[in-house]
Amino acid sequence: MDVSLAAFVAELRAIGLPVSVSENVDAAAAVAVMPMVDRASLKSALAATLVKNSDHYGAFELVFDVFFGGRRIGADAQAGQAADGPATDAAAADGQGAGGSAAGSGRSVVAMLSDAELADLLLRAVLTGDQMLIRAVAAEAVTRYAGFEPGRAVAGVYYLYRTLRQLDLDALLERLLALADSAGLPEMDRRLAGDDYRRRVDAVHTEVEAEIRRRLVADRGAEAVAGTLRRPLPEDADFLHASQEQLVAIRQAVQLLGRKLAARLARRRRHQRRSALDFRRTVRRSLSTGGVPVDLVFRKPHPAKPEIMLIADISSSVAAFATFTLQLAYSIRSEFSRVRSFVFVDGIEEVTGIFETAPDIAAVTQHINSGTIAVRLDGHSDYGTVLETFWDQWGPQVRKRTSVIVLGDARSNYLASRSWVLKSIRQRARHLYWLNPEPAYTWDTGDSIVSEYAEHCDKMVECRNLRQLREFVEALD
Amino acid sequence: MKPQTSRPSRLGSPELTAQGLRKVGYLPNERIASVVYLGEQLAKPVLVEGPAGTGKTELAKSIAQMTGMRLIRLQCYEGLDEAKALYEWNYKKQLLRIQAGQANGQSGLTEAAWSDLESDIFSEEFLLSRPLLTAIRAPEPVVLLIDEVDRLEVETEALLLEVLSDYQVSIPELGTITATQTPLVFLTSNNSRELSEALKRRCLYLYIDYPSVEREKEIVASRVPGIGERLAAQVSGLVHSLREIDLKKRPSVSETIDLANTLFLLGAEEITPQLAVDTLHVLLKYQSDIEKAAAELTTGSRT
Repeated sequence: MDVSLAAFVAELRAIGLPVSVSENVDAAAAVAVMPMVDRASLKSALAATLVKNSDHYGAFELVFDVFFGGRRIGADAQAGQAADGPATDAAAADGQGAGGSAAGSGRSVVAMLSDAELADLLLRAVLTGDQMLIRAVAAEAVTRYAGFEPGRAVAGVYYLYRTLRQLDLDALLERLLALADSAGLPEMDRRLAGDDYRRRVDAVHTEVEAEIRRRLVADRGAEAVAGTLRRPLPEDADFLHASQEQLVAIRQAVQLLGRKLAARLARRRRHQRRSALDFRRTVRRSLSTGGVPVDLVFRKPHPAKPEIMLIADISSSVAAFATFTLQLAYSIRSEFSRVRSFVFVDGIEEVTGIFETAPDIAAVTQHINSGTIAVRLDGHSDYGTVLETFWDQWGPQVRKRTSVIVLGDARSNYLASRSWVLKSIRQRARHLYWLNPEPAYTWDTGDSIVSEYAEHCDKMVECRNLRQLREFVEALD
Repeated sequence: MKPQTSRPSRLGSPELTAQGLRKVGYLPNERIASVVYLGEQLAKPVLVEGPAGTGKTELAKSIAQMTGMRLIRLQCYEGLDEAKALYEWNYKKQLLRIQAGQANGQSGLTEAAWSDLESDIFSEEFLLSRPLLTAIRAPEPVVLLIDEVDRLEVETEALLLEVLSDYQVSIPELGTITATQTPLVFLTSNNSRELSEALKRRCLYLYIDYPSVEREKEIVASRVPGIGERLAAQVSGLVHSLREIDLKKRPSVSETIDLANTLFLLGAEEITPQLAVDTLHVLLKYQSDIEKAAAELTTGSRT
């Protein structure tokens, strides 16, 4: 137990969860006092002591499944089936061998069904919400369809793909919805039933994933599998290379981050400096303490809010980064007197209006991605022309209180840089920052002209993930 | 490291905790019961986080009610300071005491008389006890609820640390006051800012999310007595579906109960799409959200 706890914590740290020594000790103590009824008790005990941020819970759950995924604790029902996992998998893959072997009772029955019967069984299991049956069917499906090859160091994505292609969850959902339609329910019930089925089918998907993970663990051991499954936390995921599901996670994290940053900036603004003594109110208050000024009263500070102009490159290579940054800027716009945003590829356009009228960020992104704005010629970013156009059209509106922030990779496609524009902007504006979503070691390689622009900026910041973006915004004033 | 095995428990086991909570009308899931039990066993505060209206404060209140302990509550807000959270000297009374001394003819204070007076005015008699100190000094075990701790400034957060880790308060003039009975401590946070690592390290962490459809149905049934099984199921299903839409503010559990109450009082047997649209304003508090949800409900089932 203690050995695997240590390995478990090491894996959490490897992903980036901040687990301190004292939390590790707490976890051990919690496991000692917790009556271990089932796996969920262990999970609650570990989660309460090791995970102190709700964003990290998903990562924790994955690692927990890998390490304590139902083999060692509470594996009663699956025990027989678990033990023969990889061995019979190989046999089952090339024929009907599994049915003949002395496998667990649940398994042998399921294994004799044809593919169509298996699909029917799954349908019934999902309809009745029978978790044990769903689990058995998922296990059988993985055995049949995944083509599991023991010993290969893979994360199981391909196995998942093969299993799901055969199991066809979309068709399952169709059938469920058709059932709901034909049952003659009132409209509201039908809708709710539909939503409910969608959730249940998602649960089957998760179960198949978990089953594949369990086999991988049985094959190669928890630590090795955790190593191949390792995925960055949402705040560490690279904007430019994030997968689809990571993008969703980042989008949610940005929302939360926006709220937190707004609260923090507002608070800091109010508390930043000690203001002058409010003499009249201090004297008034001292009357209750016999004329002794015990409590001093200060005037409330009313500092001016800065104005921000965001100029974002939305060419396809960096679009994800620009979207998140714009989203963040808009979620904290209450902390600035004005946020204006411009997007460009090889032409530049102001999109402030879109942000103000669009109902939410999804609509804005859709509009920006429609590809009809900010493109003048061929859709390759042209920093020089864009900067010049910006200066001609909006230059006079850059004022002393304005901070200008440019978002882009400074890859000019070998076109003219026109860096004098940045120099003029900086002379007039309060600050000029440049956020670059590329890793710093690739700056100035190829057509990147970072240093030529950086010379004229207050700061050229590497901004590849949410953590860096957050650090930048926190330091902003 | 304190020895932490087999302390006699006031809660018994996670199982018994869950049962006790159910009895006082709070329906916990397994995780909630486990973490509450662990907090009591390990003598550690429990930091409860989650969206608004999911029963974070209610949890602490229910624990107090279930165990029959006194609930001491510290409501946090911006600008809360030591004087309002821990303790304060009663200036006015101290001044009175000094002035009374002067009136008695001690006008020419000698060195000895002054030190007498000083030790006198800094005694317990002149100490105003605020929630944290009250909880520490209480002779009987209490439940301490520190509500919305995320509203504190980062600097003020530090004044909680001594109380949370050692259950003691240091008063320079008096010395250190240590708790005789370990209080059960709950901190709640709406996650409006990141709490400091130091605070999180001292606490067990419990994230209370929106309940599952089944649990919410139970909650509705227990809070709205007399509601039909079918209506309760529909209400919780509807709310759950609405939470999946991208809304500015998702409906909370208390709003689910409001909706159930409304429908029950209207005498509805079941929800029709039209009725759902008409009562949306109970669940959603932004016009744009209402429009969005109404559009979603009237377009028929999604594909």
